[in-house]
Amino acid sequence: MALYSEKVMDHFRNPRNVGVIEDANGIGEVGNAKCGDIMKMYLKIKDGVVEDVKFETFGCGSAIASSSMATELIKGQPVEEVKKLTNKAVAEALDGLPAYKMHCSVLAEEAIQSALKDYQERTGEKILN
Amino acid sequence: MIYADNAATTRMSDAAIHTMTALMKESWGNPSSLYAHGQNAREVLEKARGDVAAVIGAQPVEIYFTSGGSEADNQAIRSAAAIGAKNGKRHIVSTAFEHHAVLHTLNRLEKEGFEVTLLDVHENGIVTPDQVAAAIREDTCLVTIMYANNEIGTIQPIPEIGEICRKKKVLFHVDAVQAVGHIPVDVERDRIDLLSASAHKFHGPKGVGFLYARKGIRLTNLIEGGAQERGKRAGTENVPGIAAMAEALREAAADMTENAAHLTAMRDLLIAGLKEIPHGALNGDAGHRLPGNVNFCFEGIEGESLLLLLDDKGICASSGSACTSGSLDPSHVLLAIGRVHDVAHGSLRLSIGEEITEKEVEYIIQSVKEVVEYLRGFSPIWRDLMAGKKEFIL
Repeated sequence: MALYSEKVMDHFRNPRNVGVIEDANGIGEVGNAKCGDIMKMYLKIKDGVVEDVKFETFGCGSAIASSSMATELIKGQPVEEVKKLTNKAVAEALDGLPAYKMHCSVLAEEAIQSALKDYQERTGEKILN
Repeated sequence: MIYADNAATTRMSDAAIHTMTALMKESWGNPSSLYAHGQNAREVLEKARGDVAAVIGAQPVEIYFTSGGSEADNQAIRSAAAIGAKNGKRHIVSTAFEHHAVLHTLNRLEKEGFEVTLLDVHENGIVTPDQVAAAIREDTCLVTIMYANNEIGTIQPIPEIGEICRKKKVLFHVDAVQAVGHIPVDVERDRIDLLSASAHKFHGPKGVGFLYARKGIRLTNLIEGGAQERGKRAGTENVPGIAAMAEALREAAADMTENAAHLTAMRDLLIAGLKEIPHGALNGDAGHRLPGNVNFCFEGIEGESLLLLLDDKGICASSGSACTSGSLDPSHVLLAIGRVHDVAHGSLRLSIGEEITEKEVEYIIQSVKEVVEYLRGFSPIWRDLMAGKKEFIL
């Protein structure tokens, strides 16, 4: 059996929404180089909806796949839904992750939360509890 | 497929496979049995012992067959520690970048009251004989240092260290798992008292290895039971595996000069090509390293993704990143030579085999260049480095 599911490998090999949004209004960066994983999420939120999302990731295969899947799950979604995204949902959408790689999906959830927090601070719009 | 992970394991040689399968069919008797069918197996076993001994300059009675390098390391260190403890000596000298089979055994001994000094291996990945001489104390019972490092391939000054240990009357164990069959190892010339080796690192089968223990050194049993291996390692001998190991080692020894010359040329070509990648660096001394070992760190990328993408290009390699080690920390070897976490995560080990061609080396260089550039393209660390928000380490 392979280490990763087909879905993980697909998102790792062909990551969706890679890059930078120059006029993003919510940016979140989590993780650190010491641990070997850094995820950066760029959100463009308009009228309460995540209109666009892009990511940059330094990390292993599952970190890249988790970032990619997370962006797919939140793109075009209302912020009210986006803020409820859990790491479990990311991992499930990837058809599972090895137990010791679950932290990669946690990182994806945290990156989105961090970007939403940044948006909240920039705009004064209260979206997080 | 280009297999560049020979430090992890090697493909069995045709001769070793032939020896092994033929013996499985024909000489499956128990070497401890009295009848001819058993005694035939005994003969095969003893011939293998003689062949293995000859390659490393030992006597047949000094060779003990084991399940591999880890068992040999464990038994060698445990034995030396037991001898030391008997004489009130409970200090051991080793290095910071030994294999875990050695380091974890030493950890265990520390808990049992031994004191361990781990010598620094410097940026070049080589310990000096002077360091060893300075570290040996009145109560030192063992010096255990690897012949060549399994990750960065650096070759240690074993003959010089052996000389010091012999003079100071301290037992000298060498984990030679990466060296035997690849570079000349001679226990007499090198003044080695205990040596560990593993068959699958030189085109023999997995699950077989040997421990050399100089005559007169009392071994401590790890496995109790029957009287096999002169009572020092119980369990019915894996005769086909042992004979296949001897066959593989004979071959490796016979072709060593030729193999090393080819591998060294290919290794240096590979190093020169990978050096063209900006903000990368070779790990370990460029000259004093195993003929087939190349190990680089590339800043701004993570090793596991590098390996997965190389796998997609048909290249098998390995990395010392945390994600590939199954822990949160990157390789202790890379940390020991002073690589900080940030860059140690971006390491790549290519351990090439004898069959590699110049064309394949060029393909590897091209592939690594492409993959590193691709991964850097969406690495937030690389973006910060390029924007001057972070300083380059390499």
